[in-house]
Amino acid sequence: MSTITRDEVAHLAHLARLAVTDDELDTFAVQLDVILSSVASIADVAANDILPTTHAVPLTNVLRADEPGPSLNRDTVLLAAPAAEGGRFRVPRILDTEE
Amino acid sequence: MHPPSSMTPVVQQPDAVTAPITPRSFDQVIASYQPVIGLETHIELGTRTKMFCGCAAAFGDEPNTNICPVCLGLPGALPVANAAAVESAILIGLALNCSIASWCRFARKNYFYPDMPKNFQISQYDEPLCFDGWLDVRLPGGSVDEDIDGRVDGNANGSADQPSSVRIEIERVHMEEDTGKSLHVGGATGRIHGATHSLVDYNRAGIPLVEIVTKPITGTGERAPEVARAYATQLRDLIRALGVSDVRMEQGSMRCDVNTSLQPIGASEWGTRTETKNVNSLRSVERAVRSEMCRQAGVLDAGIRIVQETRHFHEDTGQTTSGRSKEEATDYRYFPEPDLVPLAPETAWVDSLRERLPELPAEKLARLQAEWGLAEKDMAAVLGADAVQLIAATIAAGATAEAARKWWLGELARRANSDGVELEGLAITPKQVAEVQQLVDRGSLNDKLARQVIEGVLAGEGEPSQVVAARGLEVVSDTDTLGAAVDAAIAANADVAQKVRDGKVAAAGALVGAVMKTTKGQADAQTVRTLILERLSAS
Amino acid sequence: MTEFIKLPAAELAGLVADGTASARDITQAHLDRITSTDERLNAFVTVDAEGALATADAVDARRAAGEQLPALAGVPIAVKDIVVTNGIETTAASKILRGWIPPYDATIVTKLRAAGLVPLGKTNLDEFAMGSSTENSAFGPSHNPWDLARTPGGSSGGSSAAVAAYQAPLAIGTDTGGSIRQPASLTGIVGHKPTYGGVSRSGLVAYASSLDQAGPFGRTVLDTALLHEVIAGHDPADSTSLDAPVPAVADAARVGANGDLTGMTIGVVSNLSGEGYEPGVVSVIAATVAQLEQMGAKVVECACPHFDYALAAYYLIAPSECSSNLARFDAMRYGLRVGDDRQASLEAVMAGTRDAGFGAEVKRRIIIGTYALSAGYYDAYYGQAQKVRTLISRDFATAFSGCDVLVSPTSPIVAFELGPRAEDPMAMYAVDLCTLPASLAGVPAISVPCGLSGGLPVGLQIMAPVLADDRCYRVAAAVEASLNSPVLATAPQL
Repeated sequence: MSTITRDEVAHLAHLARLAVTDDELDTFAVQLDVILSSVASIADVAANDILPTTHAVPLTNVLRADEPGPSLNRDTVLLAAPAAEGGRFRVPRILDTEE
Repeated sequence: MHPPSSMTPVVQQPDAVTAPITPRSFDQVIASYQPVIGLETHIELGTRTKMFCGCAAAFGDEPNTNICPVCLGLPGALPVANAAAVESAILIGLALNCSIASWCRFARKNYFYPDMPKNFQISQYDEPLCFDGWLDVRLPGGSVDEDIDGRVDGNANGSADQPSSVRIEIERVHMEEDTGKSLHVGGATGRIHGATHSLVDYNRAGIPLVEIVTKPITGTGERAPEVARAYATQLRDLIRALGVSDVRMEQGSMRCDVNTSLQPIGASEWGTRTETKNVNSLRSVERAVRSEMCRQAGVLDAGIRIVQETRHFHEDTGQTTSGRSKEEATDYRYFPEPDLVPLAPETAWVDSLRERLPELPAEKLARLQAEWGLAEKDMAAVLGADAVQLIAATIAAGATAEAARKWWLGELARRANSDGVELEGLAITPKQVAEVQQLVDRGSLNDKLARQVIEGVLAGEGEPSQVVAARGLEVVSDTDTLGAAVDAAIAANADVAQKVRDGKVAAAGALVGAVMKTTKGQADAQTVRTLILERLSAS
Repeated sequence: MTEFIKLPAAELAGLVADGTASARDITQAHLDRITSTDERLNAFVTVDAEGALATADAVDARRAAGEQLPALAGVPIAVKDIVVTNGIETTAASKILRGWIPPYDATIVTKLRAAGLVPLGKTNLDEFAMGSSTENSAFGPSHNPWDLARTPGGSSGGSSAAVAAYQAPLAIGTDTGGSIRQPASLTGIVGHKPTYGGVSRSGLVAYASSLDQAGPFGRTVLDTALLHEVIAGHDPADSTSLDAPVPAVADAARVGANGDLTGMTIGVVSNLSGEGYEPGVVSVIAATVAQLEQMGAKVVECACPHFDYALAAYYLIAPSECSSNLARFDAMRYGLRVGDDRQASLEAVMAGTRDAGFGAEVKRRIIIGTYALSAGYYDAYYGQAQKVRTLISRDFATAFSGCDVLVSPTSPIVAFELGPRAEDPMAMYAVDLCTLPASLAGVPAISVPCGLSGGLPVGLQIMAPVLADDRCYRVAAAVEASLNSPVLATAPQL
């Protein structure tokens, strides 16, 4: 299967929000390439007629009644936050909008 | 959010883009292009609790008071799906004539954003709960100049008594969870741009959402903006009838994203589409399509291609501005949510839900149209003005169908239009309208005075009776006073009076006008007319 | 005092129940053992002496009040620090979570408390359970009591070291690809990965959701089974929890201890041998299988051809799920935040914190997972890996149609030296060869000590069909009974 380039690793790190250093990029590019070529064998195994398994034990329709449960105490939660203000979580300025 | 990288090339625009591009007029757009539109509508369900936890799904509570390990995405917390939300979604699917999946899964949509506690949203990807449905949308009366892709029922030339409706095909109805809300601090007008930091409230995070996606709507031509609005309106009415959401656009419990593209007439391929977000009212749905059509035509006419992107609609200017470009778009890395098991609604369950469907708007409209004795054209106008509920409530408060319709589609529609609000947004209730009409029916008010009372109510002067009292708006019914005014008018217009005596009854109108003038309009024109004719035939 | 630490949990509970010993004294003995040994072992991340003694006192008070105590009341237990504990720092051995005090308990912790067990503290692990040696811990590796230069296995190496070193008679681990069984094998104790869905995952800091299972460690099969019964059972807070009766594992352990396996068919997985398997391990396993046959079991050889692809499938599925599960550690709501000087953007703070807060192996797996889930690669990697999962489940189904349990070595090698292997990710991944198939198929599997190779313990893995955990315990108890003395008894004194 395809090999993975340093630039691809940089892109993946960005997608995963990891500010990796150049050294890390170099190391990871080599290691990921080794790992991905080692797992490449699975391409040969499973045919199209095999259904994927997403859940080891098959269950369906596990649902909960629409009944209220306890919420957390706001002060406790905000105390554990890196920063809070006015009952809200304070986060640094956002560069761009997503949704 | 997603700076370009080596794997996602950003296509540079031609230099021409630096020059301002003038949007085309709507007529110019229609002359050269066919619009293709599509709507993605998010409905916040009105369940008691959130989609995957027992926190209250409430609007307007103190920030971060409805949060728990699950909806805050704390390590180790697991989601469990809300049965009522699933049932609501199935009800919506059934009401939209969808097929209900016999087996489907939730999926994780992965992207980072601070209002999303887990940095993935539990949604559905290629296995929506409901799919392949439709909604027949009635259009406001008037002409449909072009055949809408052969999908217009009835008379495409829009003659008065024919229905005109468009079948909007529904691609999918799927479930997902809402995000939290951010306050952007330090910048101008609460915008994210220029803010120094943001403050996040997760009360909304995890509230169940249903997303309803149409298939591309083609061939609607100049009526595209109107079709978009009619669809949004009637979808809202449908959801409201189901009782599964309060569907209030101003509170965000119904949110529309509008996709728009232009296809040059004669071309075989569709154009590149943009997705307009932040469309917060039904009126804005129409305006957003219209303005995006005009903008895109301007861009295309300048020889520049349309960039596939998210755009934001601005209520104040009626324009859209560029958001994130899809060309640097996120790879959402969808995969089946391992923490939730598949949904497999059995036939019996779906059938029992089908039995729970209430009378839907289409059936209800047909019934009301018959009860109110309205022609198709008039009913279409009622729908177009989004006045069905208002008229029904006015009738329930004691007005006749005819009078209720007259007020809401006449004077009140004019006011709404000039104020730029929806009818529902006017500061008058159906009950108040019915009260005004009762005063008219009793002869206490004439039409002109009644309009003044309405104006007073809208201006916040109180109940109709209070406005009447405060403004002294009462019909002059005292026959002596009126008689004197009539006599004076006859004396002052002897020549006209003679014509009436000679049998030209129509000429009496001038005398009525004169009396109304001297009584400052506070007389009942019919009574005045009767008095004049009595006097002139008696003398 | 010292005799307390050598006693099995079942006996300690008996002493508490009949008033021979107080839970407080038993707890204090174990706390003392931790104090005297943990500098060398580094098994614990957090010791909650105060909380433990308070819990012990509460148990003693219950007994004094004449209450009938649950089976393991008053018995100390070590809990892997990936299990969320209300009011007690939970780190998953990651810098990114350091200092996080959870506001809730994992379901299994609630169950432990209800059963009167006494949590001593939180044990070390590979960061977010990603690793096979505890060398990926932000707190440094734990050490194997058999040889302090060697690993106690991973990722639940703190728990296995604690139990093997008599710091606790019981421990909770979690197993995603072998993280209970392999450490049990490498330290000469018993560890069981229950059927997927058999024990609630609510409150386990998620690594790979479709594979993660919590399970028990003990020095004896019966102790392990008793703990299993405390933590197992349906939990409405976990959608993947099975709503089925808990298998009668303690009874099975008692039955197995009589050493009679007549009527049982045991399949030896032929694929889990050969290249990469230490000869010493292979011969101990062969001797153990011969022993099983002597106890009346019929032994057959089973080919499970798709087990050969388990490693590849696992190292795509687990990183994929982890890339998503670990996205929540973003410096916004809890845990570490780095570089917020009130000027830096959210994006910079988020990416900087994640780079500083996660160790190399976690970052490697996040990047692999991000890659495997990407639009262009999903089908070739994640999709394909899930098909392999189907094929592995079919192999199990075929095998179990002809035998009651499957056996193999738990680990192809005995405890290895800390250091060299950590440099080579693939060499480390290969350590999990034997344990991965059961994880991918969701079937239960136990590791039971069965002998020594080069003076270090070897574990036999026993795998059974879904919800037939009792078969694992029965055979494991028989193996245990067949040994002249417990494997652990030969471990050097610390």
